[in-house]
Amino acid sequence: MTNEEIKEYISSLAPAATFDETGEWLNILVEPTALKPLMADLRTGKMQMNYLFCLTCVDFKTHLTMVYHLSATTHRQSIVIKANLNRDTPVIETVCDIWRTAEFLEREVFEMFGVNFTNHPDLRKLILEEENPKGFDEKKGYWPLRKDFEDPINMIKL
Amino acid sequence: MYNQTEILKDTSELGADGELVINMGPQHPATHGVLHLVVTLNGETIKKIEPHLGYIHRSIEKMCESLTYRQFIYVTSRMDYLSSHINNLGCALLVEKGMAIEVPDRAKYIRVILSELTRIASHELWLGAMAMDLGAFTPFFYAFREREMITDIMEDTCGARLTMNYIVPGGLMYDIHPDFQKKVKAFITQFKSKVTEYEDLVTNNVIFQSRTKGVGILSAEDAISYGCTGPVARASGVSCDIRKLYPYEVYDKVEFDEVLETAGDSFARYIVRVKEMNQSIRIIEQLIDNIPEGDFVGKTKNVLKLPKGEFYTRVETARGEFGVYVVSEGGTTPHRIKFRSPGFSNLSALNHIAAGSKIGDLMASMGTLDLVIPDIDR
Amino acid sequence: MFSLEGITTSVQDWLFMKFNPTMALAMECVIVILLAISLFAILGLVLVLMERKVAAHIQIRLGPNRVGPGGMFQTVADTLKLIMKEGLVPDMADKFLFNLAPFVVMMVGMLLLAPIAFAKNFQIWDINIGVLYISSVSSLSVIGILMAGWASNNKYSLLGAMRSGAQIVSYELSAGFAVLTIVVLTGSLQISEIVKAQENGWWIFKGHIPAIIAFVLYIIAVTAETNRAPFDLAEAESELTAGFHTEYSGMRFALFFLAEYINIFIVCAIGATLFFGGWMPLHIGNWAAFNHIMDYIPSSVWFMGKTFFLIFLIMWFRWTFPRLRVDQLLNLEWKYLLPISLFNLLLVAIIAILGWHF
Repeated sequence: MTNEEIKEYISSLAPAATFDETGEWLNILVEPTALKPLMADLRTGKMQMNYLFCLTCVDFKTHLTMVYHLSATTHRQSIVIKANLNRDTPVIETVCDIWRTAEFLEREVFEMFGVNFTNHPDLRKLILEEENPKGFDEKKGYWPLRKDFEDPINMIKL
Repeated sequence: MYNQTEILKDTSELGADGELVINMGPQHPATHGVLHLVVTLNGETIKKIEPHLGYIHRSIEKMCESLTYRQFIYVTSRMDYLSSHINNLGCALLVEKGMAIEVPDRAKYIRVILSELTRIASHELWLGAMAMDLGAFTPFFYAFREREMITDIMEDTCGARLTMNYIVPGGLMYDIHPDFQKKVKAFITQFKSKVTEYEDLVTNNVIFQSRTKGVGILSAEDAISYGCTGPVARASGVSCDIRKLYPYEVYDKVEFDEVLETAGDSFARYIVRVKEMNQSIRIIEQLIDNIPEGDFVGKTKNVLKLPKGEFYTRVETARGEFGVYVVSEGGTTPHRIKFRSPGFSNLSALNHIAAGSKIGDLMASMGTLDLVIPDIDR
Repeated sequence: MFSLEGITTSVQDWLFMKFNPTMALAMECVIVILLAISLFAILGLVLVLMERKVAAHIQIRLGPNRVGPGGMFQTVADTLKLIMKEGLVPDMADKFLFNLAPFVVMMVGMLLLAPIAFAKNFQIWDINIGVLYISSVSSLSVIGILMAGWASNNKYSLLGAMRSGAQIVSYELSAGFAVLTIVVLTGSLQISEIVKAQENGWWIFKGHIPAIIAFVLYIIAVTAETNRAPFDLAEAESELTAGFHTEYSGMRFALFFLAEYINIFIVCAIGATLFFGGWMPLHIGNWAAFNHIMDYIPSSVWFMGKTFFLIFLIMWFRWTFPRLRVDQLLNLEWKYLLPISLFNLLLVAIIAILGWHF
């Protein structure tokens, strides 16, 4: 499928999506609320994107962006879905029930960035310790990969 | 690390229905690396496995945000240390793609030869360790005899035996050692003569087959859904070899087969890896005599700066697809790096394939998943 | 020609000359006890080193070669280390049983030493039910293992001991049937009769097919009985724990360790006696000159040679095969070995009645 066809198809599912073709693959930016239905249709519908190979989050200083890299084993075309989240209350629906690999990947994003995935079966820390080290503001949260994370003991400011 | 007293409390009480919760690891002869598995048993049958990770978490992704594009390549050697050249190659390819750097042919050929040698070395270690898990102590020493030849070659050329920092964006750091071709050919001869030894000792052994056949079955849909790549997915029939699908370097110029099996059990995963070793030997044979003369590194600026944007490269390590995703804001250091590690997704399938089987089967399944924990924890 | 029976007769004559009969008998007992204990000690030393060297050469490495010439004193060093280690007794363990278990296992080994014929006329007790005595006493070792597992007050030790107990009890059946095959061919349970019946050829050659089947069954069964690989699930569990001797350390562990190697020696000695002729030299038909040369080699050397060959075979198995899972282990015995051994017994009975053996 060419980029034009994919753009038409996605626009029909999520009218508010914006497209960005500067990178290697087609980037699609959607609203967080419209993400789950779009993902469900991409998995089971015409495109049959059954392979989620990268799920991550990027911290631009004003907002967080969730990035999903999808591909299909049948036609090997990849697309990238992005969703911008509010920095103070990042909430998005989980995609665990669509791709099982998201279970661990979303847990990692949760503990590193603080994104709350609703309806996740088991959302808790995966790699870091269960209890935050002492001296951290519990209200602000202990999210290491955010850009405003400060750790006076372990981090050196260059 | 979880609270020690809580873990002890878990293991000394029986849960509902007389279930027993035991800890395997983090120090354990069978989990290769520091992997802590909390296994819920009912008698001999496993009900649930929960991996607790993080014992070797070194916050590599955060660290790379303050390393330059020349420096961040070598932390990946420490991630999956058994495929260090291939990981380095993935990062170098990303920088080259982003900055449109020309890589001379000589460097490409040598990089591919080194990648394939690394793949064979990793599979040899896996073979020895897996046989040892199942109780056959001898194949370990035979596998290390071959691996020792490879690390000798690496030591001459790259200077190190395990974490070989040799690949730079643009090519290689130095030219290869003069004895490189001779030693690689000697290795190929030795390896081919020993393949029958491995077959007789391990593959055709009735006890080994009965312990791995039908154990830990992973269907093709589950493999794709869990994001498994590499030999784990190929043993379930999923065609996912990056060297074939998205060829990089000179893989489109060499002839080799992608090894696929359909059974999806531990024996299939074993066979896939053993056959992959043979395919790697085939690739090396085609390349070793034809290394073109020329430069070993292309022209690059001293300070590398990727243009603003996002880049993703993938390579096929011994364990599966290793992806590097870089978000760059135009500076000398990346804004965000994400390493898509193959072991992370392979591990998430462990609960699925091992639940319902016996403890002895857990060893066979986990051995064939070939997990390297620093790759998972990053 | 050097012969052990010459020494025994001369010692016996001298004792009976010097002392009154009861005193002489008592002194003989003491001498036999001392010899048995020293045999155990030496065997332990030799077998542990042999295992390590055999393992090393199969694994293309050298093995112990620093302590003493060729590594001969390695086991002495290991024993000294084990003696000096602290022997911990777990807190809630049953102290009496915990301390008794290693001794029970050792005692069984020593009791089994009695009917074995080491050389011509060199047997401690030639009881007329020799083979029956051996089978029944070797079953007592299960008690020691279960005692060790129970008294350790440790879930995993108990699990390992139960598995080990089940394994030993099951494989005794096959071993017993294999032994019975030779008893049927000989017609007697007495060890000296069995050896004498092999004067013109060893049973493994004379009793062709059933004897060879019985030998294969015997070797598999005794490998399982002594908890050796590929049946060593109970002790080399890299999966759970070290089995029934997890909680043992120091000298008590050394006794278990020693008892395992002594058991291997004893079952191989019995195998050599039943199938390979004990101390009988190799005679081939009518080749008189060859037989004469074979007779020159002392019978004790023949016996030890055959036993050590079988021990080497069992060690070879350990370093070649992976481990069986516990359900596969018991499957093998009850579904395959037991029916084959019953059939073999029938076969040998028919052959013995019809006289179709040599």
